Amino acid sequence: MNENIKRLSLQVNLDDFIPATDEEKEYMVTMRPSTTFFQDGVARLKKNKVAMVSFFVIVIITLMAIFVPMFWPYQYETMLGMQPGKPMDASFNNLHPMEYSSSEQAAMEAGEKVFPHIFGTDSQGRDYFIRVVYGTRISLAVGFFASIIVLVIGIVVGSISGYAGGVVDIIIMRIVDIIYSLPDMLMVILLAAVLRQRLAPVIEGTPLAAIGSNIISLFVIFALLYWVGMSRLVRGQILSLREQEYVLAAQTAGAKGSWVIKKHLIPNCVSVIVISTALQIPSAIFTESYLSFLGLGVNAPMPSLGSLASDALNGLSSYPYRLVIPAIVISLIVLSLNLFGDGLRDAFDPKLNN
Amino acid sequence: MDPKTLRYILKRLVLGVFTVWVVITLTFFIMHAVPGGPFLSEKAVSPAAQAAMEAKYGLDKPLLVQYGTYLSDVVQFRFGPSLKQRGRMVIDIITDGMRVSAKLGIMAALLALALGVVLGSVAALRRNTILDRIIMIITTAFVSMPSFIMGSLLLVAFAIKIPLFPANGATAGGLVLPVITLMLYPMSYITRLTRSSMLDVLGQDYIRTAKAKGVTRWKIIFGHALKNALIPVITYFGPMLAYIVTGSLVVEQIFAVPGIGRAFVQSIINRDYMLIMGTTIVLASLIVIMNLVSDIMYKIVDPRINLE
Repeated sequence: MNENIKRLSLQVNLDDFIPATDEEKEYMVTMRPSTTFFQDGVARLKKNKVAMVSFFVIVIITLMAIFVPMFWPYQYETMLGMQPGKPMDASFNNLHPMEYSSSEQAAMEAGEKVFPHIFGTDSQGRDYFIRVVYGTRISLAVGFFASIIVLVIGIVVGSISGYAGGVVDIIIMRIVDIIYSLPDMLMVILLAAVLRQRLAPVIEGTPLAAIGSNIISLFVIFALLYWVGMSRLVRGQILSLREQEYVLAAQTAGAKGSWVIKKHLIPNCVSVIVISTALQIPSAIFTESYLSFLGLGVNAPMPSLGSLASDALNGLSSYPYRLVIPAIVISLIVLSLNLFGDGLRDAFDPKLNN
Repeated sequence: MDPKTLRYILKRLVLGVFTVWVVITLTFFIMHAVPGGPFLSEKAVSPAAQAAMEAKYGLDKPLLVQYGTYLSDVVQFRFGPSLKQRGRMVIDIITDGMRVSAKLGIMAALLALALGVVLGSVAALRRNTILDRIIMIITTAFVSMPSFIMGSLLLVAFAIKIPLFPANGATAGGLVLPVITLMLYPMSYITRLTRSSMLDVLGQDYIRTAKAKGVTRWKIIFGHALKNALIPVITYFGPMLAYIVTGSLVVEQIFAVPGIGRAFVQSIINRDYMLIMGTTIVLASLIVIMNLVSDIMYKIVDPRINLE
């Protein structure tokens, strides 16, 4: 019988009942400061070395494109050999990198300081370095503004389509389908060839003329053809987010419409849209350089990276670096923007986390 | 074939025909938006000569009548005479160009496909090794390089600095560099596509089952994995053709290949509007048809896929 008696024993460790010290309390309270979705994403992005290197490359190129023309002693359109009241000085033309023209050499022998032509000059005696920098500026600006145009039109059309639904949605989506299945590059070339002639007299005398009819027509083309991807994306986001369980859960818990939009819809939508815009920039830069290469890009004498590469084809055997330099810059920009965009997507698209 | 697939194919066919019609219509109206109309040269012409020209090309008729005539002409492949190359018909210029361009494009596509699938499979099978890394770095670089840059750099390197190949695409061996230029981007794309879908397939249960049953490594790779891994590559056929067509516009220009792309670019520079319209319609229809074919093939090869 005795074996069957179960004994109940309680061992109490009195140490467990000693009040915690302040130090211990602090240890328990904040394991880690709470982070927002944005901070989380930034932290993830910072860990991605490839994306960070690409980001710095983009920042450096952008800063150079903005600030270098401000203090550089040469202008992109100045033909150095052509000075008012003097005969043309052909020794300025086709200088190799770091070479000086005869008049500059004379000035240097007289003790003056002459700013070097880092990349030499082109066939018309224009400083090639500043042309590359300015071309980069044009290409970046075109890429950036074209993406903004695509973003705005895409968001407007996509949200109308998503919210309205019904017949409006069907009609808009059919139009999107058709534009989507058009061979875009051929249509772009066709439009660019015609628009620039149509636009030139229209914008004559307005501030837009300074930008040039070709760039304006490029923007028009982006506004006409490239919004479809973005509007599909926005519509899809709106349709799928509306039906999400967490939206329903928030509403059940008594959340107001504004709270749902601010805390749930926008953070979930914005990252996808921003990423897609970021990836749109290199494709716009690509399109611009392609058109410039075909002679349908920026108006002369304004340079863009594509037109510089195209011009370089004429003196290719003697001056191959004139092609190689803009080629490297374009590839670097497109590559780093693509890699950075990929990094953004990995960091901010929660669905891809696992 | 189940009725659902048939309905999908029918739907895509209708959309394809409709898209070609939209292309023709857009091309027609865009061209007629050219200041002064597509048939006038920049030179000043006497009013009588201009009226004669307009009567000859039917420009004195209302726009819609012109559009109807053009539509029925295009359906019969009648694109009219070239405005700048005297005595030549647009359709002849297009067929002549197509002979060269088709050769160039098909060679580039086949090479891209063969090399891309091999490189992609190798990268997937040797995952996370040095070889995989090198393949991925190189393909990433190629994907970011526009075709005109690639073509120009190859021209500098292998036709001028080291004269291995002729710079002129019309001569013997002249197509080597253009084919390489056109091939590199689709090859890189197919490599990346094959690698990721191969990795996906290799993780599937049926591969493990095959391994457990003692199937040899090569039989698994070729009989089980590659067959399924290549399905996504089919969807790339359409976009690849679109890339090769637009790429060949500049590549033929750089290497002076007498193909349809060069004819197109020249027609834009010369403002030969009849030729521009004809080439655009032919090339665009080609791209639309290839997209259609690759979508339908995708659906037939893998009936599980729901494309709606």
